[in-house]
Amino acid sequence: MSALFLLIPISLVVALVFLGWFIWAVRTGQYEDTCTPAMRMLADDESPKPTGRTLPGNGSQPKQP
Amino acid sequence: MQSVRSVSAANDVESVPAPASRPGEEGVGVRCFHCGTPCPKGAPAREDRTFCCHGCQTVHELLVANGLGHFYDLGTQAGLRVGERVGEGRFTYLDDAVVRERLVDFSDGHTTRVTFQIPAMHCVACVWLLENLFRLGPGIGRSQVNFPRREVTITFDETVLKLSGVVTLLHSLGYPPTLRLDAVEREGQRPSSRRLYLQVGVAGFAFGNAMLFSFPGYLGLEGAGSIGMRGFFGVLSLLLAVPVMVFSAADYWRAAWTALRRRVLTIDFPIAIGLAALFGQSAFEILTGAGEGYVDSLTGLVFFLLCGRVFQRKSYERLAFDRDYRAFFPLAVTRRQGAREEMVAVSRLAVGDRLLLRHGEIVPADARLVGGEGLMDYSFVTGEADPVEKAVGATLYAGGQQVGGAIEVETLKPVSQSYLASLWSNETFVRPRAARLDDLTNRFSRWFTLVVVGVALGAATWWGLRDASLALRAFTAVLIVACPCALALAAPFTFGTAQRLLGRAGIFLKRPQTIETLARVDSVVFDKTGTLTLPGRGAVKWEGRTLTATERSLAAALAGQSTHPLAVRVRRTLGRVAGDAAVAGFCDEPGGGMKGTVDGRPVVLGSARWLRRQGLSLDESGASNGSAVWLGIDGECLGAFRVTHTMRPETPEIVARLGASAELALVSGDNARERDQFVAVFGLATPMRFSQSPLDKLEFVRARQEAGRTVMMVGDGLNDAGALRCSDVGVAVVEDLGTFSPASEMILEAGRLGRLPAVRDFARGAVRIVHVCIGVSCLYNLVGVSLAARGLLAPWICAILMPLSSVSVVALASGLTAGLARRLGFLRDAAGRDAGEFPEVMA
Repeated sequence: MSALFLLIPISLVVALVFLGWFIWAVRTGQYEDTCTPAMRMLADDESPKPTGRTLPGNGSQPKQP
Repeated sequence: MQSVRSVSAANDVESVPAPASRPGEEGVGVRCFHCGTPCPKGAPAREDRTFCCHGCQTVHELLVANGLGHFYDLGTQAGLRVGERVGEGRFTYLDDAVVRERLVDFSDGHTTRVTFQIPAMHCVACVWLLENLFRLGPGIGRSQVNFPRREVTITFDETVLKLSGVVTLLHSLGYPPTLRLDAVEREGQRPSSRRLYLQVGVAGFAFGNAMLFSFPGYLGLEGAGSIGMRGFFGVLSLLLAVPVMVFSAADYWRAAWTALRRRVLTIDFPIAIGLAALFGQSAFEILTGAGEGYVDSLTGLVFFLLCGRVFQRKSYERLAFDRDYRAFFPLAVTRRQGAREEMVAVSRLAVGDRLLLRHGEIVPADARLVGGEGLMDYSFVTGEADPVEKAVGATLYAGGQQVGGAIEVETLKPVSQSYLASLWSNETFVRPRAARLDDLTNRFSRWFTLVVVGVALGAATWWGLRDASLALRAFTAVLIVACPCALALAAPFTFGTAQRLLGRAGIFLKRPQTIETLARVDSVVFDKTGTLTLPGRGAVKWEGRTLTATERSLAAALAGQSTHPLAVRVRRTLGRVAGDAAVAGFCDEPGGGMKGTVDGRPVVLGSARWLRRQGLSLDESGASNGSAVWLGIDGECLGAFRVTHTMRPETPEIVARLGASAELALVSGDNARERDQFVAVFGLATPMRFSQSPLDKLEFVRARQEAGRTVMMVGDGLNDAGALRCSDVGVAVVEDLGTFSPASEMILEAGRLGRLPAVRDFARGAVRIVHVCIGVSCLYNLVGVSLAARGLLAPWICAILMPLSSVSVVALASGLTAGLARRLGFLRDAAGRDAGEFPEVMA
């Protein structure tokens, strides 16, 4: 049981690290906008290529419902 | 560039081209490759791609040339119609020191950061394009989009590119930033929720660990652990409680102190007393070794209270509930000085300035018409549905919108003293804020606090007479048990959940507390135009002499040249006409009409004024209401197509359901032409007022309030702004969430208007849920206290039950509310909305 005297403060320190991490995340504004990053990652993989990519003309547009 | 074309051309051989025009959709043949707008005949095309206008084509070429062709992979026809090109120097007023200073977030003269709101952005492709702006303009650095707010923050090098250059670039891409007067006159940024998140984080951290330290207490381990361990755990949890009391609960101390100074009892006051009692008792027990204290309950209570605040903080960042007339006004107008034209900031306008107003521009200050033909659309200011013709010399009031050709005006008053602005500064528009404190929770807490403090004092005296050492304990014990966690948690979680669920269903509340007011509504006042009727969307009726088949096909051919909504409707009414005749010499004027030669015969379609200008005479007497599209062939006016305003189909149901439990009224700025139509729906007994000024509407609402009614005002325009603000619940009906809406408590998508009665039922249900939660929690406490007092409960059971009571109230409030929303069909609405929006957002 006396091991708890050591283990409890250690667990508290670990928890404090996570609290610090959370405070850092809030302060750097990571909770300000939680929507755009999710959209950004859908488009991010494209690297600038001057030649462009496949570009369908008007003909191959999907049918509008 | 060259290689791009060859790649795409090769690619298209493999793909199956769709037919150039689809059957069943008259007038809709090829859609623009860039923006998806139906292309008119003779639209510009390049290779196999057709564009609706030269603007779209230019943007397309710009994107492809800069390696941004990926834009079209992200969203087919994701672009925005660009329309006319931006003239040189249109935005130079932005480089004016005063204006620039207000718009720019940060600048060191070199690197400059600016944030714009761009309501037009709508999909992944938009986000991607706006974040890749640096590839399009020299001098542009990083740009970052905040999609929920429809904002983009752009860093640029001001030595290379001026602020006006950035705006011109955005404009030319089809993403015009909102440059409104309120952006320049704004004071301070919106409050950040960072501090609240930190408070919740600290409270949650302390709560979790305090529960861990209470484990010996929960498990009844007093015998197993040594006394030393109990003291050790106790001191640790007390240390955890300190930051919670000092930092997390700071707002409660402040609010309680303010309440005390103002001598009003708000809910924060008993909470602060309860928290203080809990902390004092815990510190006493732990430091004297008398027990474990209640740190877990204390931290848990603060944690849940703050969670409730986060829940209530939910705001719709895209929507503005507090806009006034300045949000409606442009930042700058064209001023004419001699032969020179320049853009000048509206705030710098002086009396006597000559202004040039084009189609769709707003009159920024009361002015006199000096040149051109004025056709003023006052629908936003007065509610009058049809534009009014003004002759030279007439006074134009601020807020009117010019329709048709350009006009020249001379300002008569400064912007701040014009009709619209003075309407706003009218003191009757300012809502009496004091009444706002009178909400459910605070009404409860008033007697609650008195009773609790009374009982606590009574208990202390009772014990003080018998055993003085027990007096303080009895006092704190009562305060701890009666700590109004249920009261403070039930309402935020119920109303917060309700607000969220309604928001997902397209019904946006400014504050969760609005629900409570909504439940008390017993009088509903409707605006007409735009609220109960759909302007220009009704049936098309021909008034005039009967048309021959040839004449019909001539008119249809001309109407087919335009994508203007009225022209499209006229064409649809005329039906399919075999083989479109060729139109020669087509020309059109925005807000006026169009003309052309079909089969060698001159055909004119458009407003009465347009036809007169073409030298045709017409007779407007005996016309019914609605927008008219006049037709002239061979220099003779044949009659007009009338597009009537129709009542929204859901109107009768809304009236019937709301009318069952509230008195109704109709107040309109429009004239009484449609009275009979509304009498049929509302019945004769309902008061109906027509031709009401904005101030009349306000007085009407006020009179009802003075008669003791809780008034809900349903309206849509600036002309309703005063009444919306003055009413207890102002409901702004908007066609498009991105557009202007006057200050209100609730914003409703027009398509959801039919849900209004259900929203009211929901609000009433939510208030009942709060009552149930408070009742359950009171019962819980009473049973707990009486059992504990008789010594029937082991201390460890009490230790578990106390934090659990907060959890159970939260779960009960949220769960019952979600159940109610399901029963009333709001979850189904939300699912339908998500399904509808998903493809758009995810492209």
